[in-house]
Amino acid sequence: MTLPADAQAALDSFEHCTGWEQRARLLMQWGQRLPELDLADKNEANRVHGCESQVWLLGELRDGHWQFAASSDARLIRGLVALLLARVNGLSGEQLQQVDLPEWFNQLGLSRQLSPSRSNGLNAVLQRMRELAG
Amino acid sequence: MLLPSPWRADFPAIAAMQRQDQTYLDNAATTQKPQALLDALQHYYANGAANVHRAQHLPGAHATQAFENTRKKVTQWLNASDCGQIVFTHGATSALNLLAYGLEHQFTQGDEIVISALEHHANLLPWQQLAKRKKLTLVVLPLDADGVIDLDAAARLITPRTRLLAVSQLSNVLGVWQPLPELLALAKAQNALTVVDGAQGIVHGRHDVNALGCDFYVFSSHKLYGPDGLGVLFGRHAALARLQHWQFGGEMVQDADYQSATFRPAPLGFEAGTPPIASVIGLGATLSYLSTLDQAAVEAHEAALHSLLIDGLTQRQGVRLLGSPQLALVSFVVDGVHNADLAHLLTEQGIAVRAGHHCAMPLLKSFGLAGAIRVSLALYNDSDDLQRFFEALDQALELLQ
Repeated sequence: MTLPADAQAALDSFEHCTGWEQRARLLMQWGQRLPELDLADKNEANRVHGCESQVWLLGELRDGHWQFAASSDARLIRGLVALLLARVNGLSGEQLQQVDLPEWFNQLGLSRQLSPSRSNGLNAVLQRMRELAG
Repeated sequence: MLLPSPWRADFPAIAAMQRQDQTYLDNAATTQKPQALLDALQHYYANGAANVHRAQHLPGAHATQAFENTRKKVTQWLNASDCGQIVFTHGATSALNLLAYGLEHQFTQGDEIVISALEHHANLLPWQQLAKRKKLTLVVLPLDADGVIDLDAAARLITPRTRLLAVSQLSNVLGVWQPLPELLALAKAQNALTVVDGAQGIVHGRHDVNALGCDFYVFSSHKLYGPDGLGVLFGRHAALARLQHWQFGGEMVQDADYQSATFRPAPLGFEAGTPPIASVIGLGATLSYLSTLDQAAVEAHEAALHSLLIDGLTQRQGVRLLGSPQLALVSFVVDGVHNADLAHLLTEQGIAVRAGHHCAMPLLKSFGLAGAIRVSLALYNDSDDLQRFFEALDQALELLQ
């Protein structure tokens, strides 16, 4: 399966990351590029529980393709969520079922962000995405 | 200022973590263990594990003796020998739940339980749920601006309806000693039972429960450089006699029939099932180790580190401390910086601190915060640890501010 263009761009930039500082800067840049959610969408129903910060995730199937939108009040998790969306937006329901998201973060050199003790909430976001796409 | 810890080498995990570029400053959550404890565990498991208080055989006798030796050491550690007994539980949380269930029959509808606004969930939720079960009122003592329980308010709120007072000795978020003598006197004047959560307090300084005068004192072994899975409940003789049995099973029973049973008094009557034997033996080794240290030197070292920490934090722009921490730990936030972002970048740099609500959500909410960063110290920390923390903090803030 070929990567969506955004995902390929993410992979290209993160692959060449040499240290934590560069990775953090990149993450924050990706977070900044994430389109801001409408205030009305930042509601309790869209909130992902289990995060240190507030994270909201919405998703809908448009013409057979998933479109997710998300935001957070913390910058690094917003970056992580942006990288997630880059990988999954535009996929069909079937493609979304098949994509290995932990492996995606592994390729980006960010697998530690998914360790069970991490309270940043990326795991909770993945869980919510699976529920939405159920 | 250079502040080396003369006890650092006694804790092998510190060097191991340093080899992994990890600086451990989350000691209020749990502590590293001294070599003496590792040796004791190794010795126990390598020389014959056995259950305690049951078997007539020699390994059982050895295990029971080592187990009961720890009970003596804990009794001495707290100066409890003249006034009460030590019950081993599976943690401080377990000990507080034992109290909330074991004392349930002492309450009737409309009675009041008094806690404070800074309680850890472990000393809040058991009482909150007891209050719900028995239709009691949970009264919450407010804090002053420094994070100390407000004694004027306490004098008004502790009344003849107060049946029990349960307060922390030292807050796990604010790092301030609470005015226990005054609070306990207020409660005693109303004939209320008194419970002290010593989970943080026990780690800093020596405490004399006889002089303190509380009915119950609770702490967990793992925060005091001991093994996990073990809590300690001190109870005054008269107070223990008011406890009903809570958990039922092996070895807590005197006589059992199919339809009825009678139970042992404290301590064994409250230690149902096989206790954490190795952990109890390990705690004994830790206490033996700790009692060889110059307590005044430990306190002076921790105090010097704490002022270094406070000074460094207050020098940095936008840093806001929670309350006025006196010892052991500092919780802080940085204006305009999300604590999750700061925690993320400190983690990236190998700094082990805690971010979040620290199991005291209502307290954090009262500050209008969802979370804070907490740096907490132990006797093995040194000024290099703090130096690494500050360098990492500066790097993180440079990226985030």
